[in-house]
Amino acid sequence: MDLTYTDEEQDFRARLRAWLLKALPELPARPSPDDWPGRRAYDLGWQRRLYEAGYAGLHWPVDAGGRGATPTQHLIFLEETERAGAPYVGANFVGLLHAGPTVAAEGTAEQRARWLPPVLRGEEVWCQGFSEPDAGSDLAALRTRAVRDGDDYVISGSKIWTSHAEVADWCELLVRTDPGAPKHRGISWLAMPMDAPGVTVRPLRTLAGSTEFAEVFLDEVRVPVANRVGAENDGWRVTMVTLSFERGTAFVGEVVACRRTLRELARTAKANGRWDDPVLRRRLGRLHGEFGALWRLTQWNVSESERSGGVPGVGGSVFKLAYSHARQDLYDVAAEVLGASALSLDEEWVQGRLSGLSYTIAAGTSQIQRNIVAERILGLPKGR
Amino acid sequence: MDFQPTQDQRDLRSGVRALLEGRYGRRELRAAVEAGAAVDRGLWRELGEAGLFALRLAESEGGVGLALPEAVIAFEEAGRALVPGPLVATHLAAGVVPGAAAGTAVVTAFDLGGDLVAYLGEADAVLGAAALPEGEPVRAVDPLTPLHRVVRPDGVHLDAYVPQGALLTAALQVGSALRTLELAVRYAGEREQFGQPVGAFQAVKHLCAQMLVRAEVARTAVYAAAVTGDRGEAAGAKLLADGAAVRNARDCLQVHGGMGFTWEADVHLHLKRAWVRAEQWRTAAEAEELLAEELLDSAG
Ligand SMILES: Cc1cc2nc3c(=O)[nH]c(=O)nc-3n(C[C@H](O)[C@H](O)[C@H](O)COP(=O)(O)OP(=O)(O)OC[C@H]3O[C@@H](n4cnc5c(N)ncnc54)[C@H](O)[C@@H]3O)c2cc1C
Repeated sequence: MDLTYTDEEQDFRARLRAWLLKALPELPARPSPDDWPGRRAYDLGWQRRLYEAGYAGLHWPVDAGGRGATPTQHLIFLEETERAGAPYVGANFVGLLHAGPTVAAEGTAEQRARWLPPVLRGEEVWCQGFSEPDAGSDLAALRTRAVRDGDDYVISGSKIWTSHAEVADWCELLVRTDPGAPKHRGISWLAMPMDAPGVTVRPLRTLAGSTEFAEVFLDEVRVPVANRVGAENDGWRVTMVTLSFERGTAFVGEVVACRRTLRELARTAKANGRWDDPVLRRRLGRLHGEFGALWRLTQWNVSESERSGGVPGVGGSVFKLAYSHARQDLYDVAAEVLGASALSLDEEWVQGRLSGLSYTIAAGTSQIQRNIVAERILGLPKGR
Repeated sequence: MDFQPTQDQRDLRSGVRALLEGRYGRRELRAAVEAGAAVDRGLWRELGEAGLFALRLAESEGGVGLALPEAVIAFEEAGRALVPGPLVATHLAAGVVPGAAAGTAVVTAFDLGGDLVAYLGEADAVLGAAALPEGEPVRAVDPLTPLHRVVRPDGVHLDAYVPQGALLTAALQVGSALRTLELAVRYAGEREQFGQPVGAFQAVKHLCAQMLVRAEVARTAVYAAAVTGDRGEAAGAKLLADGAAVRNARDCLQVHGGMGFTWEADVHLHLKRAWVRAEQWRTAAEAEELLAEELLDSAG
């Protein structure tokens, strides 16, 4: 058990830090949260900078255009960029964090050549069309139909909660290609262009007031059969690959951010006198201990995946469960520090409190994560 | 960075586990409970010979020359097996109190708040105190942790031992938390109701999943604190490990249903010991205050 970084890792960190120091002041002003085209341009601009500096797709395999960095280097990258206040992957997160890695792992040479470079260069944005109105946790219950017609699939149905659909160029889409097969066996994984005729995006307003995600309606949309990743009706297996990437290291930078938030909270509490309340002060102390432990858990998981050779395991579910609830506690404590001011949307904390409510739902609810932990780690029997 | 146990550390774990399974398995544990025998001198010496107490003493002083990470691994196993006795105080006394390192002396400490002290009747010495104080026996909640009410002598300074005492106690708690998880999962897979193992019911499954989450978060906190030797991290580790041990024991009891409420099941022994340890070296309130102070310092 060793928490020291190798010379090589420290060197990597130092070079990255120096580069960030130079690159960040050159960034344009951050767009307002509701300016989606502005946010897309901003996020892709940052991706472009990363690409030019050789930091794009750090954790992607080299033959997919990535840098083939070790999980520890990726961890350092996420830690340093967050610490420096660099933009988060933002609009690009599906492409960089799970659609891209899925295409890299499962796609043909042509598919990799077509889709991967534009993600890395910050030219194309992907979204994830998995959930449907009647298929959320029970993802394999999805009903969107794809019927073969010559070299195309003709797709009809609808998707929901699709993050960043408004600004996406591509969608990793799950469709049912064999309605007669058992539900897990008739699914295929497709790359669908969002500008194809028949695709309609209707933004949904979140409880935070933003339009973070959307409904996507598909009316006889034609997608070439060549856009299918993996074999026909083998999409569930491909989906599991996507989900393992989705639950991988996506939250690392956020733990760093939460620890910073907690320090700001302590300062605020000291300044407004709430720090003198021992109950509140002790809760802040406990959160400090919890987030410290979560950071160590991240390092533990990364070390483990480094030893086992890459693909994140079910340990991601343990982390997500602990993290998503701790984060909600953090913002609840923030509200106590603020008192009645926590009722004002002008407080930055309040936005964090609202958006944090999704963490126990998105990317698999806590209940689903507990099922995974109980069945896949603890080996408890599946329920009927 | 390679924050995973080395091969030597894994070997140490399996060695200690094998020793304890052979020497202090369930039969010995239950026999000790029935006899009210808190410290088995023979076992204490064997633990001494195996190096549990002298683990961190330099080889030149007759020790094993290992460090805190190895100590927490060994203590995690002792917590799993529910070995009674002042393990932490005797370990801390190695090199200070004659016989502690070898396990020929039983050394306790004023590691509990208030005027209670554990294992006074069994002890040869009290860490940091010149002599054994007089004490009145108290009916103790944990059958294997006898308590005495004492008047503390003046001039006992334990402060230097607190961070490590807290960390090693946290390691015992983590071992217990992982053990009660194991007991719960095993029972849930065997006990049937409504025609299926109760572990197939989601309400039970989710209790078990949360037990794992608690234990894993606490375990990494303990390991990290052992590697860094940081006082704040040790306090955080104790806080999380206390919670994991106490809450996992309670959830394990719940999973066992009526069986869980019996003297016969081991669950209550884990819970009662976890309660004792939560009061030792650093309580939750003390850990939270320390962490709060550290947070504010780091906020600048
Ligand atoms: C901010 C946000 C962004 C999202 N982005 C995307 C996206 O980009 N692409 C996409 O495809 N999806 C996205 N989602 C959808 C997300 O994956 C689903 O919301 C989630 O999987 C839950 O599905 P559901 O909403 O249908 O809830 P339901 O499945 O209807 O669940 C309702 C409740 O029942 C519980 N429940 C359901 N099944 C079980 C069970 N077996 N055992 C115990 N409890 C159960 C759930 O835990 C929940 O409490 C996003 C969601 C949010 C909140």
